[in-house]
Amino acid sequence: MMIETILAVTFAGALLTFLAPNRIAGKLAFAISLIPAGLSLWLFTAFDGSGNALLEGGELAFENRTTWIELGAYEISWYVGVDGISLPLVVLTTILTTLAIMSSWTPIDIRESQFYGLVLFIEANLIGVFVALDFFMWFIFWEAVLIPMYLLIGVWGGPRRKYAAIKFFIYTNVASLVMFAAFIALVFSLDVSSFGLPEVTQAMLNGGPDAFAGVAGSTVASLVFIAMFLGFAVKVPVVPFHTWLPDAHVEAPTPASVLLAGVLLKMGTYALLRFNFTMFPDQVETYAIPIAVIAVISVIYGAMLALAQTDLKRIVAYSSVSSMGYVILGLIAYTHFGVGGATFQMVSHGLISGLMFMAVGVIYNATHTRMVTDMSGMADKMPIAVGILIAGAFGYMGLPLMSGFAAEYFIFFGAFGSEVLSYAPVFTALAMFGIVIVAGYLLFAMQRTLFGPYRLETDYEVGRAPLHDIAPMFVLLGLIIALGVAPELIFDMILDAVDPILEFGGEA
Amino acid sequence: MIDAFTLPEWAALAPPLLLALTALVLFAYDSINPRSTNRPVLAGVAVVGALASLVTAVWFTLAGTGADGPDAGYDLWFVVGDSVTGTGAIDLFGGQLVVDQMALFFMIVVAVVTALVAVASYDYMAGHAYQAEYYSLLLLAATGMSTMAAANSLVTIFIALELASLPSYALVAILKDNRGSVEAGLKYFLIGALSSAIFVYGISLVYGATGHLQLEAIAEMIATGEADAYSGLLGLGIVMLIGGFAFKTASVPFHFWAPEAYEGAPAPIAAFLSSASKAAGFVILFRVFTTAFPLETTTAVIGLDWTIAFIILAIVTMTVGNFAAATQQNVKRMLAYSSVGHAGYALIGLAALTVDGGELVLGAAMMHLLVYGFMNTGAFLFVGLAEYWGVGRTFDAYNGLAARAPVACAALAVFMFSLAGIPPFGGFWSKYFLFTGALEAASANSALLLVAAALVVNSALSLYYYSRLVKAVWINDADPSLDRDFGGTPTGLYAAILFAAVMTVVLLPAFGPVADLAIDAASAVLVS
Repeated sequence: MMIETILAVTFAGALLTFLAPNRIAGKLAFAISLIPAGLSLWLFTAFDGSGNALLEGGELAFENRTTWIELGAYEISWYVGVDGISLPLVVLTTILTTLAIMSSWTPIDIRESQFYGLVLFIEANLIGVFVALDFFMWFIFWEAVLIPMYLLIGVWGGPRRKYAAIKFFIYTNVASLVMFAAFIALVFSLDVSSFGLPEVTQAMLNGGPDAFAGVAGSTVASLVFIAMFLGFAVKVPVVPFHTWLPDAHVEAPTPASVLLAGVLLKMGTYALLRFNFTMFPDQVETYAIPIAVIAVISVIYGAMLALAQTDLKRIVAYSSVSSMGYVILGLIAYTHFGVGGATFQMVSHGLISGLMFMAVGVIYNATHTRMVTDMSGMADKMPIAVGILIAGAFGYMGLPLMSGFAAEYFIFFGAFGSEVLSYAPVFTALAMFGIVIVAGYLLFAMQRTLFGPYRLETDYEVGRAPLHDIAPMFVLLGLIIALGVAPELIFDMILDAVDPILEFGGEA
Repeated sequence: MIDAFTLPEWAALAPPLLLALTALVLFAYDSINPRSTNRPVLAGVAVVGALASLVTAVWFTLAGTGADGPDAGYDLWFVVGDSVTGTGAIDLFGGQLVVDQMALFFMIVVAVVTALVAVASYDYMAGHAYQAEYYSLLLLAATGMSTMAAANSLVTIFIALELASLPSYALVAILKDNRGSVEAGLKYFLIGALSSAIFVYGISLVYGATGHLQLEAIAEMIATGEADAYSGLLGLGIVMLIGGFAFKTASVPFHFWAPEAYEGAPAPIAAFLSSASKAAGFVILFRVFTTAFPLETTTAVIGLDWTIAFIILAIVTMTVGNFAAATQQNVKRMLAYSSVGHAGYALIGLAALTVDGGELVLGAAMMHLLVYGFMNTGAFLFVGLAEYWGVGRTFDAYNGLAARAPVACAALAVFMFSLAGIPPFGGFWSKYFLFTGALEAASANSALLLVAAALVVNSALSLYYYSRLVKAVWINDADPSLDRDFGGTPTGLYAAILFAAVMTVVLLPAFGPVADLAIDAASAVLVS
C-alpha cells in the first residue's frame, strides 16, 4: 500500500495547496512534496523486487491489484507495482518535483496557490504513469498529465504561451489516441481477458495476435507496433515529431521546463521500453534499421538545431531532442548494455536537463533575457550560478565521473555490439559524432554569455541568486556526480529488470 | 434484513408517476394561488418531485427490479412484481410499457437532470412571470422522457415522445418578452412538428408491413417471415423512424434546430433538452432497434444491414457537430454543436452492434449518456450563471472570469475536459469505452475502423474548442473596460453546478457500478 499512500498524499497535497492562500503556497507545496520524496526514497531502500514487471520469473515490489471495472468479458484493475526500471524513474520524479518547487519561489509571483497545486497534481500523475501496470489505469495517468501542463504553460508562460500550450496539448493528445486505438485493437486480437500489461505481454510472447478485421495476426502486430511507436515518438520526441517541444519549452516557466524535460519526455521513452520493446521482440528486429535511422537523425539534427539557436533555453530544449535520440539508439540496440544504458540515460538526462533549465532560469531571473547575443561576462556577476551551469554543460557533454558519461558510454558500448541491428557500428559512430556537436554548441554559447567583459544594460543591479535558487542545483549536481562515480547505485537494479526483456526476446 | 414485501407490478412505473404527480401538484398550487411567485415553494416542490423519482429509480435498480437472474439484491425491503423469481423485465399493460434495467437506467438520467435544472432555475428564473407554469411544464416534459425510457410499443413511444416535446416547445419560448426565446420556440416547434409527422408516417408503414405496434410482436413477425412480402415498406418505415429519432437526439439530418433552440432558450432549459431529452431519444432508439428490429432477422428481410445507416449517421453527426462547434464565437452555440457531436458518439452504440455481440458498445453509449447528463448539464448551467450575471455570450466576454469566480470556473474546466474525454474525469471512461467498443466490433466489421478514425479526428478538434473556453476563463485577461462587479453568488445555480462537477469527478474512481449496470442492461435487451 506504500505506492497508494504516495499517490494519495500527493493528490491530497495538490488539493490542499490549491486552496491555500497565495502567500504560503510555495512553502506549503515544498513541505508536502518532501513526503512523496521521502517515501519514494524509502521504497528505493526497501526495494525487494526482481526481474521485469511485465515478464515471468520476477517478483514485483509493492504490488497491489484489485478489480476496478468489469467491462463485459474484460477486466480493468487498479494494478500497481514497481521493478528496477520504474523505481528509479519514480525517485527521479519526486526529487525533481521537490527541487522544481524550490526553484519556483523566485520567478512565480502570480496565482501561486494554483501554480503549486498544479505542480503537485502533475507529480502525482507522473508517479502514476510509472507505477501503473493496467493499461487503462496507466492511460488515465498518462493523459491526466496533459491538463496541468497545459495550464502551467498557458498561465505562467512567456509571450507566446497560449499558442505553445494548445500546440502541446493537441499534439500529444492525438498521439495518445493513435496509440490507444492500436493497443485496444491488439488486446482484441489476443486471447486475454484483462487489460493488465503483464497478461497482454505474455499473450504477445506466447503466440501473438490472431487475425483482426480481416488482417492477419502478424500484420496486426506490425501495424500496432508502428502505430504505438508513432504515438510514443511524439512524446519522446524524435525528429520529425519534435516541433511542439521547443515551443512548449521556451514558453514554459522554468519549473515546468524542468519537469517537462526531466520527467515528461521520459514518459515517452519509458512507454517505448515497456510496450514496443518488451511486447514486440520480433517487430523490434524487423524495424531495427528504420528506428536506428530515426535515432541517429534525432541525435545529429537535434544537435544541429541547438547549434543554430541564440536563446539559451532553446539550446537546452533542442539538446533534449538529441539526448533522447541516444535513448532510442540504446533501446534499438537491444543488448544488455544498450537497453540498460538507455534506461540509465533517462534518469541521467532528467537530472542534467533539470539542472540546465534551472541554471538558465536563475540567470534569466536576474537579467530578464535569455539571448546569447545580449549577454556577456555573466561569470563576474553570478559566479556560483554560472559555475553550476558550466558543470551541467560538462555533464551534458559526457565528462567522465558525471552521470552523462556513464549513460552515453553504456549506450555506445551496447549499441556497438548489437546483433539485432545491422550495421550497428556505423550507426553508433554516426551518433557519437553528435557529442562533438553538443560540445560545440554548449562551449560556444558559454564562451559568449559567461566569459569576456561584462556588458548587459539594465537599469538595476544584477545581483547574485538567492540561496533557495542555488540549493536545488547543488543537490542535482551532487546526484549527477554520485551516479557518475557509482552508476551501480541504480544500474544494477535496471539491468536486473532489463535482462528478462532480452531473454524473452531471444537475444541475450 | 427485513423480509421483502411485494409491491404491485404497476409500482415499477413509480419514477415517471412521481414526476407526473409533482406536475399535477404544481398545477393545483397554481390554480389555488394563481400567478404565484413563491419561488421557494414552487422550485422546492419540483426538486422534491425530481429527487423522489431519482431515489425510487436508484432504489429499484439496487433492488434488482426488472433484472435477469437471481443475483440481484432483494434485501432492500421490497420487490416489485415477480422480479423476486428473477423473471427479468416487467411487462405492463400487455407489453405496452416495460420496466427493465435499461428503462431504470434512463429514468435515473432524466431524474438527475431534472433535479439539477430545477435547482438552477430557482435563481435563473427569478423575476420572470409564469413561475408555476415553468416548473409544471418542466416536470411534465420529464414525465414524458421518463416514460419514453419504459415505452415498448410504437404507440406508447409516440405518446411519450409528444408528452415530452409539447411542454419543451413551450419551455423554450417561456421568456415571452425575449424575441430570441420566442423565435427559438417557434423554430423548435416547426421542425419538431415536421419530424413528428415523419415519425408517425414511419410507424404507419411499419404497422402496415407487420400488423403490429408492440415491439416484440414486430420482431416476431419479422423473424417468422410474415413481413417478407412488404420488405420495401418495412425498410422505408425504418428509415422514417430514424428520422424521428434524429430530431429527438439532435443528430444529422435533423440537428438544425439544436443551436437555434438552445441559444434562445433559458439556459437551464437548454441544459434539460440537450441532456435529458437527448438521453430519452436514445433510449427509444436503442430499444426499437434492439427489440423490434433485431439485426440478423431484419437484415434477412429488408436486405440491408441497418448498422450501415448508423455508421454513416455516427460519422457524419460527430463530424458536423465538432467542425461547426470549432467555428463558433458564441459559447451557447458552441455547446449546442458539441451536443450534436456527442449524439454522434452515442450513435456508435448502435453502429457497432454485431449479430453476436455488442453489449459492451451499447452499454458504453448508455454510460456516455449518463456521464453526459452531469457534464453537459453542468456546462449549460455555467452559461446560465454567466447569463444571470449579465456576462456577454461570446468567448471574449468570458475572458478572465476565473479571477471573479474561481470555484465556478474550476467546475467549468472540469466539464470541458470531461466533455473532451481527458482524465481524471468521468467523461474519459465513457468516451474511451465507446472507442473500445467500436474497435471490438471492427474485428468483425472493418467499416468500424472508419468510425474509430473519425473519433480520433473529432477528439482532437473537440479538444481545441473545449480548451478554448478554459483558456478564456483561466488564461486570458479580462478586458479592463468591462464591468466585472456583478451581483452575488446565486445559491441554486452554484449548488447545481458544483454537484454536477463533483459527480463528474467522482464518476472516475466510482465507475464500476455504472459500467456493470449499463452492460447488464444492454445485454438484457440484446438477448431478448
